[in-house]
Amino acid sequence: MNIRVIAPGLMTTVQDRGRWGWQSRGVPVAGPMDPYSHRMANALVGNDAGLATLEATLLGPELAFDDERIVAVAGASFELTLDSRPAPMGAPFAAAAGSRLTFGRRILGARAYVAVSGGIDVPPTLGSRATHVTSGMGGLDGRALRAGDRLPLGKMERKSLPGASQETPDPFGAAAEGVATVRVLPGPQLDAFVTGTLDILQSAAYRVGSQSDRMGFRLEGPHLVHARGAEIISDATPLGALQVPASGQPILLMADRQTTGGYPKIATVITADVGVCGQLAPGDALRFVVCSMRDALAALIVRERALMACEGVA
Amino acid sequence: MIPARIVIAGDSALVAEFEERIDPAVNARVVSLAAALDEARVAGVREVVPTYRSVTVYFDPLRTDHDTLVAQINQLTTRAVDLTAASTAHRVPVCYGGDLGPDLEAVAAHAGLTEAAVVLAHTARTYRVFMLGFLPGFAYMGTVDERISAPRRSIPRTRVPAGSVEIAGTQTGIHPSDAPGGWQLLGRTPLRFFDAARADPALLKPGDTVQFHAVDRQEFERLTARVVSGR
Repeated sequence: MNIRVIAPGLMTTVQDRGRWGWQSRGVPVAGPMDPYSHRMANALVGNDAGLATLEATLLGPELAFDDERIVAVAGASFELTLDSRPAPMGAPFAAAAGSRLTFGRRILGARAYVAVSGGIDVPPTLGSRATHVTSGMGGLDGRALRAGDRLPLGKMERKSLPGASQETPDPFGAAAEGVATVRVLPGPQLDAFVTGTLDILQSAAYRVGSQSDRMGFRLEGPHLVHARGAEIISDATPLGALQVPASGQPILLMADRQTTGGYPKIATVITADVGVCGQLAPGDALRFVVCSMRDALAALIVRERALMACEGVA
Repeated sequence: MIPARIVIAGDSALVAEFEERIDPAVNARVVSLAAALDEARVAGVREVVPTYRSVTVYFDPLRTDHDTLVAQINQLTTRAVDLTAASTAHRVPVCYGGDLGPDLEAVAAHAGLTEAAVVLAHTARTYRVFMLGFLPGFAYMGTVDERISAPRRSIPRTRVPAGSVEIAGTQTGIHPSDAPGGWQLLGRTPLRFFDAARADPALLKPGDTVQFHAVDRQEFERLTARVVSGR
């Protein structure tokens, strides 16, 4: 059974946890920009955390269901309608055979995850269904969805709606206030910058530049100064790393980043806050705050508890 | 031996750094540690990524922690691993110059050598695969003879054909797919260096060696036909 894509939205791709295991061979991980909301959407429909969802960006799609499925949309909040009746965000609902889910106005955040019971069952590439458009890998022919596409769905493990609707925690942190707060740990190349650069990084907000995509966000804000040149011997580039080219304006490395890079990285976004970044669009503002390893892990455990509670009852 | 310096790269990655230079001996320690980590199947480790002079260890911070991993890494860096069995020596046919190697002429002019002398210098050495990155299956190899080293192109090409054999500085590489690139194109190989449908998608891995040899256009076409037909 399939989902039919009536309208694709601005940039809708199939994503799962990512193509891990091949970075030593230059293969990017890809995966969701907001891993937390992706997993939450899966949990809400009772899917295994490894199944694929659809990541919709800024303008959502219109989808038609061939058979009855349980559906949940998490992450960025949109006005949703199922056959012109309002459908909830962040809670599971049943989509009847032949029904249409339409994304309307975007309210908050940049990326929404559509989970469907059984998961999006496109054939995996190197063990993952995650779409990486630049290399044409994964998802549906390695590209974003187009009108007329048919997405195969997996077998449903469960057919009934979960009993009570669950409260899903807000994935955006302070994004609603206008400036998102994003916690970072210093390094790995803090010593490639002049003394005091961490203070400069935290001194004012950065704006997500227009040249930002799933590979990374070009940030505009306080100027960061290298201690000795803007090049290092290339090394691996973790998700959430803040690399700084010669311009002194940092680039936040996101899901589709290359596996390695030759610019020094001043700090790395903590895992718990990667999803906060994933919910930002060009023009949005964010402020970096240095935290401790203990804070980073405590924040991650809070997120994990919320996910596990949802996975347990769904 | 200088022990690895271990630095934090966020809450889910550690980097074990060796001496700060591009050097086959340093890279051998990198490849050795990466292999030892892979073999040890350390609990909570997601993936190990070797680069020129460092090994990045990606892990699940809910399943393991920095202290445990640092102890494991320190233990493994002191263990000698024989990698001669694990590395592969590749012989790569290349048709140099003409439309397949549009920058050979410029590289020769830059070096003050004939095109034939550049080809001779490029094929004379056996290169080491230091690391992969940039594109799926793209290997950074060295070290190219200083006499033919050339800077990157000032304006990168938006599309470099798969199989293009290229140099930048004293590094050499092979484009694994049609993709943008700013290196100088010397020639083209008919071999396919990346195919996601293969169980092992990338032909090259860190620690492998590559020796290029020149073939003429006719041989290039014959080999291309063979690669396309899958024989």
